[in-house]
Amino acid sequence: MELHGLVAYGIFFLTYVGIYAILALGLNVQWGLTGQLNIGIAGFFAVGAYASALLTTAPTPMHLGGFEMPFVTGLLAAMALAGLLALLVGWITIRLRSDYLAIATIGIAEIVRLVLKNEEWLTNGVRGVPAIPLPTAGAAGLAQLAFLALVGACVLAAYLALERARRSPWGRVLRAIRENETAAQAAGKHVDRFRLQAFILGSALMGLAGGLFAHFVGFISPEAFTPEFATFLVWVMLIAGGSGNNRGAILGAFVIWLVWMATEFFTAQLPAAYVAQASALRVILIGVLIQVILIFRPQGLLPEALARRRQARAATSERTPAG
Amino acid sequence: MAAEILQLLVFGVVVGSVLALGAIGVSLVFAILRFANFGHGDLMTVGAYVAFVLVAGLGFPLLVALPFAIAGAALAAVAVDQTVFRRLRGRGPLVLLISSFGMALVLRNVIQLVWGVDTKVYDPGIQLPIVVGDVRIRPDHLTIAGAALVLVTLMWLFLQKTRTGKAMRAMADNVDLARVSGIDAERVILWTWILGGGLAGAAGVLLALDTRLFPLLGANQILPIFAATILGGIGRPYGAIAGGFVIGIASELSTLVIEPVYKPAVAFAIMVLVLIARPSGIFAGR
Amino acid sequence: MSLLEVRALRGGYGAVDILNGIDLDLGEGDLVAVIGPNGAGKSTLMKAIFGLVALRAGTVRFQGEDITGERPDRIVRRGLAYVPQERNVFASLSVQENLEMGAFIRRDDFSAQIDRVYSLFPRLGERRRQAAGTLSGGERQMLAMGRALMLEPRLLMLDEPTAGLAPNVVDYTFARILDINRLGIGVLMVEQNAKQALAVAQRGVVLVMGVKRYEAPGRELLHSREVAEMFLGA
Repeated sequence: MELHGLVAYGIFFLTYVGIYAILALGLNVQWGLTGQLNIGIAGFFAVGAYASALLTTAPTPMHLGGFEMPFVTGLLAAMALAGLLALLVGWITIRLRSDYLAIATIGIAEIVRLVLKNEEWLTNGVRGVPAIPLPTAGAAGLAQLAFLALVGACVLAAYLALERARRSPWGRVLRAIRENETAAQAAGKHVDRFRLQAFILGSALMGLAGGLFAHFVGFISPEAFTPEFATFLVWVMLIAGGSGNNRGAILGAFVIWLVWMATEFFTAQLPAAYVAQASALRVILIGVLIQVILIFRPQGLLPEALARRRQARAATSERTPAG
Repeated sequence: MAAEILQLLVFGVVVGSVLALGAIGVSLVFAILRFANFGHGDLMTVGAYVAFVLVAGLGFPLLVALPFAIAGAALAAVAVDQTVFRRLRGRGPLVLLISSFGMALVLRNVIQLVWGVDTKVYDPGIQLPIVVGDVRIRPDHLTIAGAALVLVTLMWLFLQKTRTGKAMRAMADNVDLARVSGIDAERVILWTWILGGGLAGAAGVLLALDTRLFPLLGANQILPIFAATILGGIGRPYGAIAGGFVIGIASELSTLVIEPVYKPAVAFAIMVLVLIARPSGIFAGR
Repeated sequence: MSLLEVRALRGGYGAVDILNGIDLDLGEGDLVAVIGPNGAGKSTLMKAIFGLVALRAGTVRFQGEDITGERPDRIVRRGLAYVPQERNVFASLSVQENLEMGAFIRRDDFSAQIDRVYSLFPRLGERRRQAAGTLSGGERQMLAMGRALMLEPRLLMLDEPTAGLAPNVVDYTFARILDINRLGIGVLMVEQNAKQALAVAQRGVVLVMGVKRYEAPGRELLHSREVAEMFLGA
């Protein structure tokens, strides 16, 4: 029994790590590779989750659909819809400075949240979408294990695809854009188009993570997509792991989810009066952690490359003017 | 219809007062420290809860509690800057932006930890509205607009007449030239947080007076505040005030045609249009 | 003892050095013009002296004291003022406020210095309440120099003071620079208008690829055939 519980917890734990790893990989395409700030991850994540949920659930009067479509269709739709949303945001804002993009993405996330909450015909509003099927069948624990394998396969596929993309001419152009936009422009690259492609690709991955999440937890409501869990944790993971490094993104997802879970053990020791506030305390701890990382180890656990680290050190020690 | 529009204009001025006070700090910080502070809405919430402690706990009249709320939010802003942002200066605007997003969540959750998630009000009593023609105005609305007017006037005096205020305008205008002129950047930055944070605290109190208190009070306003900032032109405190009123009034008037819950989308749409058509802001002189 | 003493200065932006070991001396009250082709490092040299560029090697001494890599707001206090080429006024502040900002670190009564600036540039006095952003190009340059003079510096560094100005305004600006120099203030200016700059300067320095190629009295350089062929469009 003990062992069984532990295994079940391990599966649960690793599935979350996998879902967050896909989110962090998506963010890495945008921020790590291209320098685009997406503060609205929650929006793309939620769109993916709802897309897959509405397509795959059984017909119900509660919300649009369900259409009982296959799981794979749901996931593809999750990616497509999140990508489409990114195309819309990006098409308008991609030429703007990155901090304006950040503001625009938080706006999109906010509007997505309002739609999910208020358009009951579509999403059943705050009551959420229940009975989202787990695509893997089997005895009690085995279905979950199979789903974990599926999530793992998605992580692996995303990782291999992104590594290939990163080393391709396309990825080199993206890094050139991040390092020196004017030079890349002067070299005749269509900077805007490359940036937009990266933004869409990253957002589609976030949509994929949303689809997997919906099937894993079986029930989604707007409450599940707060900026704390759906945006902030992903940022902490990528920065802790090492921006620009795909393995860093995955490692960051594992380490930070471990820390996140550990804080639960910690807050469980608190007096009963504080238990209701435990999640607030956990967010505060993670919020402080990110500041510590930004100040003391901005390159993360796995820096993008040694050369960049040296450069970063030289820059901080020389105290060059802000640029 | 005319009466309805007039009524919405009243609401718009009330909301605009709050947004204007909030946007001033975002605009100055954006220009002087060069990053979009995602935690500004949560500074508003800090102010609102400081006033709540004094009003509900100690029986202070709200307008007496207001200066304490301003001081509390200013102190929180300075504390965050000195402990975190200061160490990240020179690391580029995007790192600071991410950091501010993290600090926003810290502030928000500290408030939730201390005061819980339940909504609260300053004064549970019911106010009789003043009826002028077909327009109904709550006494609270007069308090909000009046307090905003006084605070904006004080800010104007500070920015126009004092040495530090002028230096703040100079830095917001041109950081590099301010540095080579010998202006002490750290000192101006400190005052920027005091001014911007303090006004945010006041905005939080006034917003809570108009509606009610809850931990997401200010965070929910960050989008219209960014919209007001961009509309007014970054680094232009007076533009931010105008932007706040435009966004406030436009959002209220939009409820004639769209569901009120989508008001933030109106602010967002205006902001995106400005970003595309005239990124320096529509009230910018250059 | 020289007022400004630059030795073997190396540095630039990022990984690439723009300055490749520059020496430069400027005595009390000198007027020195730095000329050279685009990309020679003229503006970078000024920024490097003023602590705005990362230095890899070399020293900068001002009035005998080492100021290498010091913060700009500290350097200003020593009596070294700098007028950047672009964005060199506070556009949303009035003319008068711009001058007040120039005197920000002064705690004494500086109204006499403001009057001196207005008598040097009468046009500014007429427009003291006007926002700097509404001034003409020439007036802006006057204001930028006026702001820099508010601390009564020993050395004024001007980065392309006549760039983009109409020919008659260029003449006027050079005349004012000479006026300033006659007050005993050293002037180091970077110029594209090489002919006129060398005509007013006591000494000219020719910068090529981040190193000093020639240094000679202004008129001598003006009549040097080699320099003429390279930069003066002869």
